Amino acid sequence: MTEKNGQKQVVVPGEIISQDENMLPGDWTIKEGNNIIAIRLGVVEKQDRLIKIIPLSGVYIPRRGNVIIGEIRDMNYSGWMVDIGGPYGAFLTLKEVPGYVEESEMENVYGIGDLIVTKVFNVKRTAVDLTMKQREGGLGKIKEGLIVRVNPHRVPRIIGKEGSMIKLIKDATKCMITVGQNGLIWIKGDNVEDRIYAKKAIEFIVENTTTNGLTEKVEKWLAENKSGVKK
Amino acid sequence: MSEKSLYTERADGRKLDELRPLHAEIGVVPNADGSALFAQGDTIAIASVYGPKTLNPKHQQNPEKGVLRVHYNMLSFSVGERIRPGVSRRSQEISKVTEWALTPVVMLDELPGTVIDVHINILQANAGTRCAGINAAAMALAHAGVPMKELVSAVAVGKMDKTIVADVNKEEEDFEDGEGATDMPMAYLSNSGKITLLQLDGRIQLNKFKEALEMGKQACKKISEVQINALKEFK
Repeated sequence: MTEKNGQKQVVVPGEIISQDENMLPGDWTIKEGNNIIAIRLGVVEKQDRLIKIIPLSGVYIPRRGNVIIGEIRDMNYSGWMVDIGGPYGAFLTLKEVPGYVEESEMENVYGIGDLIVTKVFNVKRTAVDLTMKQREGGLGKIKEGLIVRVNPHRVPRIIGKEGSMIKLIKDATKCMITVGQNGLIWIKGDNVEDRIYAKKAIEFIVENTTTNGLTEKVEKWLAENKSGVKK
Repeated sequence: MSEKSLYTERADGRKLDELRPLHAEIGVVPNADGSALFAQGDTIAIASVYGPKTLNPKHQQNPEKGVLRVHYNMLSFSVGERIRPGVSRRSQEISKVTEWALTPVVMLDELPGTVIDVHINILQANAGTRCAGINAAAMALAHAGVPMKELVSAVAVGKMDKTIVADVNKEEEDFEDGEGATDMPMAYLSNSGKITLLQLDGRIQLNKFKEALEMGKQACKKISEVQINALKEFK
């Protein structure tokens, strides 16, 4: 049911996905009687008895623990307002920044318009808290490189299972890539050709999100286009 | 008064319950969060959805649920004689009824303090623009990933003298012989069978009204299929 000609089946809001009374409604579905109904445009995924929808479009929905890329919009005495995309504003307090920051020095740490790699620390009803503290590191200000903007719902395919896809691109392009869960991707590489090669690879994945066996296709694409981009 | 209607055949050769050629497409506005184009014959509407996003000024926010705002606009070149660009009395009314037609399906409870902006632009008008606008807006909302109970489809049913026809065009809307023309735009939820918009311009007998309503429902179901097929093309 979920697959047709190598493409995952897309459901529309209001469509009945299952009429089996034993099935349970997961993300973006509701149950009315025995019917499980989709409430969002996306592809269906079944996990045992659970049916859920993986959205393909729309704005970013923050989740706790997401590593994202945000833009500093404003600051006050206690922290920075950050634009992370999505419906609600995000706030980064001074105490969530490593080290001691003097209030008068805030602008030198993160100024308005700076892009930062940050982490969602807490999702409240109508607000998001951010942190710059993470044991693994990797958070901080973006000083150089290329930013690519994609739909946040395509990010899981770009990363792949346990980072398999992004590793493929990193190895092929020799770039350092940070994928923000909110759809902003930071590409850092030694030369422009490599960065554009990585950007094109990401765009290829975005266009083919609903295709099965994407990893093999991306492998093939990377091999085929290497010489073309290098020129 | 004879039972025979003065309007027996449609000028464009359609059957009485036949719709104009339909065309639907999504993702036509790359910068919007969701967008769709819907064409019914020569009537073309583009809807673009921005949001859900934080609603400013803050006093307009609803802490319990999100707000849906619809802006309907007819482009100045959309009709034969250039219309003055900008908001008019007519466009304000249509914006409001479109908003009411869409609100019952959008699950705004899950988006407190936010706003969803829907901008409907009519590129070309040949009667039934509010219906084309609603059709496009429903698809654009789905494309924007807004949680919705189901899609909304809309069509204008008309009565030319004593004949009831589906999806009227401008020529039919201006029919003046006999009882004249009655125009009845309606929005219908194909899954739950509810009507979210029903307007009537002209005069109609009760039994004819029931007949028109039934024809409108069937027409909306056909439109709903076109909408669903276009959304399923999305990858």
